[in-house]
Amino acid sequence: MTAKNFSTEIRRATLRCLHSQGSGHVGGSLSVADALAVLYTHHMDVDPQNPKRPQRDMLVLSKGHAGPAWYATLALKGFFPMDWLDTLNKIGTKLPSHANLTLTPGVDMTAGSLGQGLSCACGLALGLKAQGDTSHFVYVITGDGELQEGQNWEGAMFASHHKLDNVVVLVDNNKLQIDGETQNVCKMEDLEAKFRAFGFETTRVDGHDHQALHQAICNAKVRNGVPHCIVMDTVKGKGVSIYEQMGASNHSTTVNDEQYALALSELQ
Amino acid sequence: MELRKAYVAEMARLMKQNDKIFILDADLSGAGGTKTLYQQFPERCVQCGIAEANMTCIAAGLSASGFVPFIHSFAPFSTRRVYDQIAVSISYSEQNVKIVGFDPGIETTYNGGTHMCFEDFALMRALPNFVVMDIVDDVQLTKALPHIAQHQGSVYFRMVRKQNKQFFGEDYNFQWGKADKICSGSDVTIVATGTTVFDAKVAVEKLAQVGISAELLAIHTVKPLDEQAILQSAQKTGIVVTVENHSVHGGLYSAVCELLSAKHPTLCGAIAVHDQISQVGSLNDLKIAYHLTADDIASKAQQLVQAKRG
Ligand SMILES: Cc1ncc(C[n+]2csc(CCOP(=O)(O)OP(=O)(O)O)c2C)c(N)n1
Repeated sequence: MTAKNFSTEIRRATLRCLHSQGSGHVGGSLSVADALAVLYTHHMDVDPQNPKRPQRDMLVLSKGHAGPAWYATLALKGFFPMDWLDTLNKIGTKLPSHANLTLTPGVDMTAGSLGQGLSCACGLALGLKAQGDTSHFVYVITGDGELQEGQNWEGAMFASHHKLDNVVVLVDNNKLQIDGETQNVCKMEDLEAKFRAFGFETTRVDGHDHQALHQAICNAKVRNGVPHCIVMDTVKGKGVSIYEQMGASNHSTTVNDEQYALALSELQ
Repeated sequence: MELRKAYVAEMARLMKQNDKIFILDADLSGAGGTKTLYQQFPERCVQCGIAEANMTCIAAGLSASGFVPFIHSFAPFSTRRVYDQIAVSISYSEQNVKIVGFDPGIETTYNGGTHMCFEDFALMRALPNFVVMDIVDDVQLTKALPHIAQHQGSVYFRMVRKQNKQFFGEDYNFQWGKADKICSGSDVTIVATGTTVFDAKVAVEKLAQVGISAELLAIHTVKPLDEQAILQSAQKTGIVVTVENHSVHGGLYSAVCELLSAKHPTLCGAIAVHDQISQVGSLNDLKIAYHLTADDIASKAQQLVQAKRG
């Protein structure tokens, strides 16, 4: 499957997952669907039959509330049956609203308390190096609002100081957080410049352009002694008009029968 | 009324009276309800972004300049996420900061394990210069807030943002630091805090049906504890059961046992979370999973009463 078709399947399955619960983190799940599609189509060296295989690429979804999009991706890749998607947030589920490494096959790190993912990724990346694994990478997806947490910048400083060129940060720069536009809540200025100041090599791409994103990730995988950051310009709620139009209130919202049907009709 | 609505209504009134009060948020002003205060008091409402540690120390600085900041987030992020900031810049520095923890324990439901804080009483009780409270309903919150604002010292209080069931009548007489006796009984004392009082009250009725007379004390202030009320009741009934939406370690059960063991050793059972990992689910399913239902409370009380009667 091409990344393009895959991203549509991811969005459909994400909404199936959220619809089973009737509501959830819609906007931020839809905005990362293309990044997940490109990563799992072209880059992630993982084995659905053996998700904890030591020699593998790893993903940390630091904005853990986008769990449903990750679960959709992993189910479509065969890590677990599709009908698990209908158990979101039900007691005893393996798919909690925020990603949890102890519960879900294919999830490499727990997240949900924002701002911890990059540091955890540094640990995973150090671990790879300590095991002499020079061919795998740790990808981290953060929100743009999430980058307000100072710990991200501790992680960034560390990654660069320790030459963690096996870390690739992907910022889901959808310019929205819960209380409104990131720019109005607490402005982040030029994210590329910030990461560069912390020693990263950076690029900025349209986060819904699969070709551009794929190319950016290929470039980021050049091992040149520095960590890489890709700022992805995205749209929160991407792919479903009713959610795109909602703005910041699509962060956590309903997926009722009507909204679900409408979304599926658009996601062809 | 939803607690978050009652909260902003009363805060608006207090902010008009007292121009020292500040509101600080970390990207949850819409979720917590304070957003509506930003228009009315633009100079004293401060959005900090998703940066709770920063917000906590900004509050400490405001307090050191003579202001009375109220800071808000989900219970785990307003306490454990920023514990050293609270310990050093607020507690140790003897500042006057009011910390609000939304949706404690199982009340966080579908946000799940990462947001499910069973430790906040334990953490906050351990710090000097802190009053620790657990709010039940809009009536109690509205009556408690003027005291919280006035108190010279820091206060941590938890509240469930969308809780809209009323427990207390409009004639409720809130007393700072004092337990509320909901009903008198002679066989067992049930001491409950926060939203667990609803199920504790149901448990009292269930116990009555099996011939057990339970006394119910509702505790809004876990620290300092209303020692007199608890001791008096324990002396009368000889058996205590505590009920809390919190870990059995360091919360209400610990506070009550610390008191009883020193001043009136009494058999004491706990309805609390027993070292179980947090998880996602509906409120009802979580109550069952963590054994926090009215039936759990009643059977624990019954078991202890029967053991004593022999
Ligand atoms: C430490 C912490 N503080 C607050 C929250 C509540 N929260 C969940 S998502 C979110 C907004 C995230 O915004 P952003 O990072 O831009 O993500 P996106 O817009 O892509 O969903 C907030 C404040 C949290 N999960 N963790």
